[in-house]
Amino acid sequence: MLVLLLLHLLAGLLAPVLVRWWGRQAFLALALVPAAGFGWVVTRLGPVLAGEEQRETVAWIPVLDLDVALRLDALALAFAALVTGVGALVLVYCARYFSPGEEGTGRFAGCLTAFAGSMLGLVLADDMLLLYVFWELTTVFSFLLIGGSGRRLAARRAASQALILTTAGGLAMLVGLILVGQASGSYRLSEVVADPGSGTAMTVGAALVLAGAVTKSALVPFHFWLPAAMEAPTPVSAYLHAAAMVKAGVYLVARLAPGLADVPGWRPVVLGLGVATMLVGGYRALRQKDLKLLLAFGTVSQLGFLLTLVGAGSAELAAAGLTMTLAHGLFKSTLFLTVGVVDHATGTRDLRRLSGLGRRLPVLAAVGTAAAASMAGLPPLLGFVGKEAAFTALLDGGLPDRTAAVVVLVGLVTGSVLTAAYTARFVWGAFARKPGVPGTALEHPPEALFLAAPAVLALAGLVLGPASPLLDPLVTAYAETLPLYAPEAEHLALWHGWQPALALSALTVLGGAALFAVRGPVQRLQGRVAVGASADEGYWNVVQGVDRLSVLVTGTTQRGSLPAYLGTILAVVLALPGTLLLTQAPWPGEWRAWDTPVQAVVGVVVVTAAALTLRIRQRLSAVLVVGVTGYGIAVVFALQGAPDLALTQFLVETLTLVVFVLVLRKLPKDITERHRPRERAVRGVIAVSVGAFMGAVGAVALAVRTATPVSAGWPGPAYDFGGGKNVVNVTLVDIRAWDTIGEVSLLVVAATGVASLVFLRGRTGGVDRVTRAQLSRSGESGRRAPRDRWLAATATLDPARRSVVLEVVTRLLFHTITVFSLYLLFSGHNEPGGGFAGGLVAGLALVLRYLAGGRYELGEAAPVAPGLLLGSGLLVAGVSGVAGLLLGGGVLQTAVVETTLPVLGDVKLVTSLFFDCGVYLIVVGLVLDVLRSLGAELDRQEDQEDPIELSPGEVVLR
Amino acid sequence: MTPTIVLPVMIGGLYAAGVYLLLDRSLTRVLLGFLLLGNATNLLLLSSGGPAGLAPILGYSDADEINDPLPQALILTAIVITFGISAFVLAIIHRSWRLARNEAVGTDEEDRRVAARRATDADELDPDDLAPEDRAAMHADSLRADLEEIADDVDVPAGRGAP
Repeated sequence: MLVLLLLHLLAGLLAPVLVRWWGRQAFLALALVPAAGFGWVVTRLGPVLAGEEQRETVAWIPVLDLDVALRLDALALAFAALVTGVGALVLVYCARYFSPGEEGTGRFAGCLTAFAGSMLGLVLADDMLLLYVFWELTTVFSFLLIGGSGRRLAARRAASQALILTTAGGLAMLVGLILVGQASGSYRLSEVVADPGSGTAMTVGAALVLAGAVTKSALVPFHFWLPAAMEAPTPVSAYLHAAAMVKAGVYLVARLAPGLADVPGWRPVVLGLGVATMLVGGYRALRQKDLKLLLAFGTVSQLGFLLTLVGAGSAELAAAGLTMTLAHGLFKSTLFLTVGVVDHATGTRDLRRLSGLGRRLPVLAAVGTAAAASMAGLPPLLGFVGKEAAFTALLDGGLPDRTAAVVVLVGLVTGSVLTAAYTARFVWGAFARKPGVPGTALEHPPEALFLAAPAVLALAGLVLGPASPLLDPLVTAYAETLPLYAPEAEHLALWHGWQPALALSALTVLGGAALFAVRGPVQRLQGRVAVGASADEGYWNVVQGVDRLSVLVTGTTQRGSLPAYLGTILAVVLALPGTLLLTQAPWPGEWRAWDTPVQAVVGVVVVTAAALTLRIRQRLSAVLVVGVTGYGIAVVFALQGAPDLALTQFLVETLTLVVFVLVLRKLPKDITERHRPRERAVRGVIAVSVGAFMGAVGAVALAVRTATPVSAGWPGPAYDFGGGKNVVNVTLVDIRAWDTIGEVSLLVVAATGVASLVFLRGRTGGVDRVTRAQLSRSGESGRRAPRDRWLAATATLDPARRSVVLEVVTRLLFHTITVFSLYLLFSGHNEPGGGFAGGLVAGLALVLRYLAGGRYELGEAAPVAPGLLLGSGLLVAGVSGVAGLLLGGGVLQTAVVETTLPVLGDVKLVTSLFFDCGVYLIVVGLVLDVLRSLGAELDRQEDQEDPIELSPGEVVLR
Repeated sequence: MTPTIVLPVMIGGLYAAGVYLLLDRSLTRVLLGFLLLGNATNLLLLSSGGPAGLAPILGYSDADEINDPLPQALILTAIVITFGISAFVLAIIHRSWRLARNEAVGTDEEDRRVAARRATDADELDPDDLAPEDRAAMHADSLRADLEEIADDVDVPAGRGAP
């Protein structure tokens, strides 16, 4: 079974390619897939009738206890035969329905084939959640097939309407299935039906499952999506919206009825909505002028009929229901395909324009009429057998409650009268010669292959009527799972003798004929009593209401002001966790003043500096004052016992200052005040509250802490397994190395972001190197700078911008700093330092070169693209992670190699050093990227008067 | 563990200043606020590690005297990341200034357009408001004044279902 489903999937994926190769003939190849399914289903008929079920189970998500559990029993077999058989024929029909080379055929073929697979999966699934997955897949493919290319508004609207209604029902059904599954203790359909639970959960669950079935099978009050879905091409209407997808609701109800029919509320809902739908559908079908719409409302009507039968929960009605389902699948798809042929041949489906087609297309007329006769319930067709069985069942029993049975019977007979009437209208509309209407010309006479599919389907309906005793074992095998209310089970047959049901059948046909005969007055009456409102308009009103509400909510909450959004978020923080803090949290019982007195001094400086930043409007001063808080924090780190942090903080603070200055030189000196005093007051209140809140959170969290820190046991293993004495560094490169991988990746992203914001069109520009030409040009202007002299590129600077002191200091310090950065990198495992600190120091060395010598000097100092550094850094870190794996440990696990070498003595090599090298490269790359973008590139843009100009058609988003 | 007074006050002060700046429309001030918030958060993490101790480096100090290394590792990467993000925001500031001569976050015009939206999309219109060719075909039959104009007497072809 799984193989069949996978085959459908494969065919669905290949379909667009096949259509490209073979054009519309590809449909014939695709038809082989459902045909193979049909063949397989037929071979299983014998074993299944012998009481042997076919099961396949493949574990899917073991943690959730979710399996791909498939099961073929009598009910599944009947539906699977319908789905695969009609599917194969519809695909054959498609091979002539589309014109050669029509646009979108490949997409259509893929969707239709995949749909056939989903539908087959739906009827085979034994797991309820798996069934739900297939259920929603059919919904999605239905959406794609109705919507088509999405260019036509009507198709778009119909597709989204069908999608919204059926997924809404589907979601309700999902909740229902879970409730049912929990109440009965199993998610297997077979087990749920065998032993359903009881109680409120079961009642609610069953009602929600019904909601899914009702929307999917287009029952009142959700029936309107089905006629609207007739925007889809005719094969889709014939397959999805007559034979297969809309039958999913019927299947689900039939599947669950043996277990759930006695759940309170089940019968009233199923029978009430079913009968109402049958009447509403039939009544509205009588008013249609479009043949396809007439059939669509007929389908709605018949779906109500089917659901009434299979949902009643009795053996005799279930048998009738299953027979009727097969009959409906056969005749309704035939009729849709017939309409497709008519449409194709004449270019219209309007029954007021069609005339005399019966004589011009006799084969088609015969096929269509045979199917229509089955729909009307005329002997000797399968439709007659099914309807007769239903009437017989209700006359003798059918329902536990006799009154209900009589009411339902009256409803069904009335509905059948309407059915006979609209059937007559269909045949008349499609094939009759109408006075006053000129005979319709045939634009494209249909080919034989085009007629094959409807002919085979109609023939099946014709043969299965007299041959219905052959169907009986299959139908009985399913019906036996339900209780019998009639005195004895009636077997399927064409002729049961003279009995009341036959009279009812005659009554429906005669009533239908009479209704058709007086159709003029009936139409006028229908026109007169028509109400302006319909369920469809109700739907659109709801959609618009939701739309308006969403605009209202968006309009009132999304004010477009960033400070307002942030303020709202912070206000919520204060309102919820803040309230909890005030009311619930235990306040610390005792306080210490400080860790060391110096901490208090630093604290005063930091808080004062922070307060000063609020008043300062001069950019540079504000940045410097913020820098003071940063350096202050670095001192606190040092005092707390965190030399690594202090080192890193000092370095970063310095770098930040430099980068700020690089950008601020392009901005005006002062920041303009944009806020009114009232806004400032609100901001102040929020700010002070958040500050107080966060301070209190820190204190309270520390005070209530009782557990031993996770890091308490780290120092020993850090040395034994990580091979390092600096626990913080071992944490970064080994214990929490995955974190570090994520963090350095973020640095790469940030660096790339900076570069792309500044360079705009490329990852980076070229590296600015000093060329001989430039040097000689500068030589001409009197500033000779030989290539071999160190810091040569300073010659490219304007003399007014050069600083002798800085150049001398740079010459003295650059190499020292670089060596120091390498020392930090290599010693970081045992001493303060490491890749982060080392990289930052190397970055500072580059900053020095840039400040002293300008952008050319930066190019000379680091003649590589920053992207290369960043990328190779990630590569080195990644490869060293894999190395741990190769040396027999986990990913990123450290291996320690110790040997004694001549001269060097004992050498201890820790593989995490390479990881740290990667970090080092990335940090250097980040700093270099920032310098090249915000430093060198801005210089270049200024030097060369290269403002950012848009080429035609280019849009820059701000 | 016993909290100190100094650290929560520092944390609170930095957060308050940071939030105040963060709520400004000038991107420069937002960035300064972001830096202050970063410092404040690092301090908060540090304070969660308990009282001051010795550097967590074996050989210098015993395992039971050291300051908790876990918050330290978290802070260390946070510091560097803050630098990366600051550089990114600075690049945004620069670009905003280059392109618009303005480094303030203005009102989001798209948000205001949504708020001001009155009309409904064609995909959601009432069927009556659509052009006839865009309506669902079955819409017509729920309208009153649309009677059929075809003659009643018909010529019934052979083989028709009803008698």
